[in-house]
Amino acid sequence: MTVYIKNIFEEAGDMTQFTLRFFKELLKPVFQWREFSRQCFAVGYKTLPLITITGFIMGLVLTIQSRPTLLKFGAESWLPSMVSLSLIREIAPVITALICAGKIASGIGAELGSMKVTEQIDAMEVSAVNPYKYLVVTRILATTLMVPLLVIYADFVGIYGGYIGYNIHGNMTLFRYFSDVLEHLEFLDLFPAIIKTFFFGFFIGLIGCYKGFNASNGTASVGIAANEAVVAASLSIFIIDMLAVQLTDLFF
Amino acid sequence: METQPVIVIKDLYKTFGENEVLKGINLSVNKGENLVILGRSGSGKSVTIKCLVGLVKADKGEIKIFDEEVSALNDDDLNNMRVNIGFMFQNGALYDSMSVRQNLKFALKHHTRNLAEPEIESKIMEALENVGLAESIDKMPSELSGGMKKRIALARAIIIKPKIILYDEPTSGLDTITSREISELILSVQEKYKASSIIITHDMACAKTTGNRILILNEGEITAEGSYEELEKSKDEWVHSFFI
Repeated sequence: MTVYIKNIFEEAGDMTQFTLRFFKELLKPVFQWREFSRQCFAVGYKTLPLITITGFIMGLVLTIQSRPTLLKFGAESWLPSMVSLSLIREIAPVITALICAGKIASGIGAELGSMKVTEQIDAMEVSAVNPYKYLVVTRILATTLMVPLLVIYADFVGIYGGYIGYNIHGNMTLFRYFSDVLEHLEFLDLFPAIIKTFFFGFFIGLIGCYKGFNASNGTASVGIAANEAVVAASLSIFIIDMLAVQLTDLFF
Repeated sequence: METQPVIVIKDLYKTFGENEVLKGINLSVNKGENLVILGRSGSGKSVTIKCLVGLVKADKGEIKIFDEEVSALNDDDLNNMRVNIGFMFQNGALYDSMSVRQNLKFALKHHTRNLAEPEIESKIMEALENVGLAESIDKMPSELSGGMKKRIALARAIIIKPKIILYDEPTSGLDTITSREISELILSVQEKYKASSIIITHDMACAKTTGNRILILNEGEITAEGSYEELEKSKDEWVHSFFI
């Protein structure tokens, strides 16, 4: 038990050092623009099909599931605003971030873990390239920037899914549906929800890089790094979400 | 060969946990010399050369490259020093997301900035021709055989025209013929670039072909030193066991 607690504290210390180094290296020239854009493409564009499908299903299912309850209270007309608010404030950010944790954090963990095991990171260092700056900074920045964009995209697709779900039993034009949604949306529905997604993205990248960069030697460690990255990133998303909701509740 | 030392290691110690890997290593490499370090697996050969380039931090001791103490260098100075060193890793360590061309370009661009594209391209071709693999320029590492990977790794190490080349088990995992080709390649590269080299190996044929001088490392300590012929005649049972 003592060893387990000691390991947790040691890992927390290592993680803090890793995070501090990220900020230190971020401010140092030269920034690796090419690698950063490559990572943005890998994180953003290549996750788009997955986000499209899940976002659409989220909106569709939420609408179909909520309709019977709202019908009981004669509040069917609230369906577009209720679905869109649920999606924007909570469901789309969390589900999108979880998908990214599964796809991106594990991908980064496995990629960097494999590079560590096959001495590619050492080769980079010997080539006078700072591997932390080249591999870690670019990936964390890419996830920090791309996850919020993916969430905004998932919001739109989810609302569209809601529109399709609504029209299974109802009849409403797309224009009226979106007008209804926008009529009930406020700045405070959007702002905290978007802000927390930057933290989701940051931690997805950070945890993926940390686990990969610290993979021990041997091929089994690559799988372990990928697995631990998904678990830790998913857990961090729920913790950040809980803190964000508490803070929003406190200040707004 | 000049007797001016380019690498000097004095009393080098390194411990991993409770495992004492290096126990006071002393060695020097002269300009233009090929020094072979022989030893069984786990004797501390790879750790020694990783300490040289700052990949592993030594616990105690002195490492001087071109009269500069490696442990005293900051990150920028260490990188400036690394510009003079080519490193061939045991399994090649080619970047598997990059083609052969990109692997070489990556090493070159980060060592020597402000090179024009045509100049980069001609240097890549020159390095590949030196290792006899110019036709593999657009292949991915996954499409290369073990021997080809080692050759490309050598091309990547020499593209920066280093003054020192470190080879970590250059012939391990290769068949006899390919091992001989790699050993001859190391020799031709050394003659062409006039570089000083440390070759870590347990392949006696490679040691014989490439080494001007051989050190034998046993459990973190240097137990014998001399030319191939001198060591072959050694009466020491441990030293002799390498030549059987």
